[in-house]
Amino acid sequence: MRNTLCLTAAALVLAAMSASAADTPGVTATEIKIGNTMPYSGPASSYGIIGKTEAAFFKMVNEQGGVAGHKIDFISADDSYSPPKTVEQVKKLVEEEGVAFMFNTLGTPPNTAIEKYLNEHKVPQLFVATGADKWGDYKDFPWTIGFQPSYRTEAQIYAKYILKNKPNAKIAVLYQNDDFGKDYVIGLKDALGDKYAKMVVKEASYEATDPTIDTQIIALQGSGADTLITAAIPKFAAQTIRKVHDIGWKPLHFMTNVSISVGAVMTPAGPENGIGIISANYGKDPTDPTWKNDAGLNQWRDFMTKNMPGADLTDANYVYGYGAALTMLQVLKQCNGDFSRANVMKQAANLKDFSLPTLLPGIKVNTSPTNYHPITQMQLQKWDGKTWVLFGDVISGTGA
Amino acid sequence: MATLDTPRPAAAPLFAGLTFRTWGLLALVLLFVAAAVLPFSLTNFRLSQVTLVIIYSIALLGLNILTGFNGQISLGHGAFFAIGGYTTAILLTKVTGIPYWATVPIAGVISAGVGFLVGWPALRLEGLYLALATFALAVATPQILKYKAWDDWTGGVQGINLDKPGAPFGLPLNRDQWLFYFCFAWAVVAFVIGWNLLRGRTGRAMVAVRDHPIAAATMGVNTARYKTLTFGVSAMLTGVAGSLAALWTEFVSPDSFDVFLSIRFLIGIVIGGVGSIPGVVFGAFFIVIVPNWASDLSNWVQTLALPGFLSRILVLLSSPQVLFGMALIICVALLPGGFGGIIRWLLRVIERDAATPTRPPS
Amino acid sequence: MPACFAMPGTELLHQVLSGIANGGIYASVALALVMIYQATHHVNFAQGEMAMFSTYIALLLINLGLPYWVAFFLTLVFAFVFGLGIERLVVRWFNASPVLSVVAVFIGLLLIINGAAGAEFDYTIKPFPSPFPSNAWYGSPFMSSHEVGMISVTLIVLAAVFVFFRFTPLGLAMRAAAQNPASSRLVGVRVGWMLALGWGLAGLIGAVAGMMAAHVVYLEPNMMSGILLYGFAAALIGGIDNPWGAALGGPIVGVLENLAGACIGTELKLSVALVTIIGVLTVRPSGLFGRTLVTRV
Repeated sequence: MRNTLCLTAAALVLAAMSASAADTPGVTATEIKIGNTMPYSGPASSYGIIGKTEAAFFKMVNEQGGVAGHKIDFISADDSYSPPKTVEQVKKLVEEEGVAFMFNTLGTPPNTAIEKYLNEHKVPQLFVATGADKWGDYKDFPWTIGFQPSYRTEAQIYAKYILKNKPNAKIAVLYQNDDFGKDYVIGLKDALGDKYAKMVVKEASYEATDPTIDTQIIALQGSGADTLITAAIPKFAAQTIRKVHDIGWKPLHFMTNVSISVGAVMTPAGPENGIGIISANYGKDPTDPTWKNDAGLNQWRDFMTKNMPGADLTDANYVYGYGAALTMLQVLKQCNGDFSRANVMKQAANLKDFSLPTLLPGIKVNTSPTNYHPITQMQLQKWDGKTWVLFGDVISGTGA
Repeated sequence: MATLDTPRPAAAPLFAGLTFRTWGLLALVLLFVAAAVLPFSLTNFRLSQVTLVIIYSIALLGLNILTGFNGQISLGHGAFFAIGGYTTAILLTKVTGIPYWATVPIAGVISAGVGFLVGWPALRLEGLYLALATFALAVATPQILKYKAWDDWTGGVQGINLDKPGAPFGLPLNRDQWLFYFCFAWAVVAFVIGWNLLRGRTGRAMVAVRDHPIAAATMGVNTARYKTLTFGVSAMLTGVAGSLAALWTEFVSPDSFDVFLSIRFLIGIVIGGVGSIPGVVFGAFFIVIVPNWASDLSNWVQTLALPGFLSRILVLLSSPQVLFGMALIICVALLPGGFGGIIRWLLRVIERDAATPTRPPS
Repeated sequence: MPACFAMPGTELLHQVLSGIANGGIYASVALALVMIYQATHHVNFAQGEMAMFSTYIALLLINLGLPYWVAFFLTLVFAFVFGLGIERLVVRWFNASPVLSVVAVFIGLLLIINGAAGAEFDYTIKPFPSPFPSNAWYGSPFMSSHEVGMISVTLIVLAAVFVFFRFTPLGLAMRAAAQNPASSRLVGVRVGWMLALGWGLAGLIGAVAGMMAAHVVYLEPNMMSGILLYGFAAALIGGIDNPWGAALGGPIVGVLENLAGACIGTELKLSVALVTIIGVLTVRPSGLFGRTLVTRV
């Protein structure tokens, strides 16, 4: 009895194995299933726009005939930015819906929660929508690949700028006490090296649940710093810009790329309060008059009017989602009809100087089996009271 | 409390000639048979959802013992869930040589210890104030978890990834199937402990402390001892559940233990029935499964071409927070006993119906 | 710790003043909590969300083109009716219920209002105007004109509450209804409506706090969650049945928050509120200025 049970089980396992070797999970003769998680509800739900854009994009691709004869079934689930919920949804997508792979899952904590599961099951976790630096770890997590420049790279760029233009700066750092904020501190340490202890006169952190950052700003000002690097989400970035202005502090201010939205940060903070703030960008800002007649952004605008009528065209999340979806499409095209998980992963790590119409001129998408950081270049920009003005060259981060 | 002292007509046949006791036993047997075959009749995903319901049942049992039976309101049980989860995660990743199954009781013991300690200041806080203090605890839990003094252990904001255990002895089970049995076994242990505790002398003392603290004290019940003891037991069960949940999620991080988790626990016991042991399973089902239905419903509503305001109202109602809030208020207003109350009522009706014809005419 | 002693005098002064200004918001929230506690002996967990929702209404009115102060007073009317309505429609049914039921109902209200605001107004931050011009004479690097204005508004609210309870018949009736419902009913006070009035006033005071806070922290559905916790702490420090205590408790908590942030570190700012709440409740449950209650057996 026991023996037969074991035998049956073994036979089942064998059958399952041979089945998975023969065909490709999530792919039928006519369809590819792609999974995704987004915070459609809860405090982070403004990012849900990215998922909606991607859904609209793949719908358009299907209407145009799909990829290599396959229609794309893009299944995007709500995880409310809560890691246990992400695990639940991804299990459902992989085991119940049977998706071929995950694409552009959003947020550092949610992606951290599913990274191990997806790698164990050898399910590609493509172009995660987070700027944490750890998403390029091709050795330990060969099935997980990042997308945008990491926070750490960005901080290195600021530090290099300071070393070149203000070598005697006394730096204060305000950061959110999580992965996102701490990556900036790490990036600064990378670039400043031994000088970190001397140049950084004060660090202060805040929690996303704090009501205000007044204490921190006052303490940072009290340290005598003349340079401020802020790694804060929009709500606290806007508070910071205004508080710094209100208390009459005039540091050279660097603002994280996360909080450069004109509508969500600069306008609430008071556009004139932020004059002179320096940040870095890699994508084209839809509100920037420079790109008013830009061919690349017009391609995006065309997509938006046809497929997402009525959407707010000043929201950069639509641009982001469009760019990520285009990258995904490129990978699928490169697959040449072989949509096995291994080949999808191989092609995702084989993008060579791929141009996205939504990226700044000169910035390209590049990956290889030993480079899981698709975008590593940025350009500095300065707020002039109305818009961000790009300056200097496109800078490559060290790529970590 | 009706559950504790209503004498059952032990020998009276209930149905089809079988007594209440026999029916109860049959139901138990059925439950175990169902548990035995479930892993082979459900997909992995559905099964893991059931496992999650079981895990939350244990947590809710813990909270219900404290709040339902002992009358101490806690809005901060997410903290004990976190202690359990982190204990397991830390033991499995930072300490070598401890098998995963041993981390569960350790998590329980540590949570019990912390719960016992928290129980002391809680003695000085009556109903509402305890709710307030534990609410503050729930709000502050994530930042305490990621505090830098212990981030070598807790992994700080990154949290800790761990492995879901595989089946032992070469059993032909996948990880989800094994975890189901493992959690089920722990649930049996937890419910047996809870049941025995509440049905006995301790349980009566706990309820007496809730209903008539002064009278209980006069009768020689050491109220302080029972209150802190209850806090410890309650924290222990919730900690065990947290430990199992860490194995289920294979991940712990501060964001997983926010104030909403504690609020969900409260919702669970109110929906399940305050002071009802079987009710907690319904409560767990409600907080784990119903939000998914709500979000499916919301997606479906959005695909319909309803008039603007109507679809807006429907989407609003299917947002998990609004849904939970409404369920909470409606349940308190119309169904103060929760699902547990319905079960009790059904049992009583069946009992009465069965008992009436056999009763000798007077 | 050493950071604390090494703090230059100006920074210390700055931290204290900023704490007092934020304390004004906490004091208003605490005052709203006290209003409801005095009337019904409940602590309203949904107070912050009610304030947040009223502030959204204010923003809608301002966006319609109404001048700030017109929108302000219309919002107060809305908030009053909103609070009154919640009491009449929902809370009144639970006045005789066990504490747990009442807490559950408040948590339910908190979830509904928060979820509804999120679904209706989304979660992106919205700037909320300040009625106090930023270049006003009373502004300085130490205290912005909004901060000075915020403190003044808190003081005005406090004075109004005092006058209302001390010198108006309605205020007297409310106090009577709260202290001895049975006797009040005998002399013709409509106790049920007095409780509703308490809720209405609490909603109104909360809305003031919301509109003042929104300029500083920006308007979004979770704007009041941290503030509410400090409001609890302020109310408890002052003694939850004492409006004066609440008004003093606010600045105390605000300064405590800032100094603890500067001395111990800012990672545990909310825990400061937690420790304050538990500390006050266990050591001196009636607060610094509250009356000691004796339980009758």
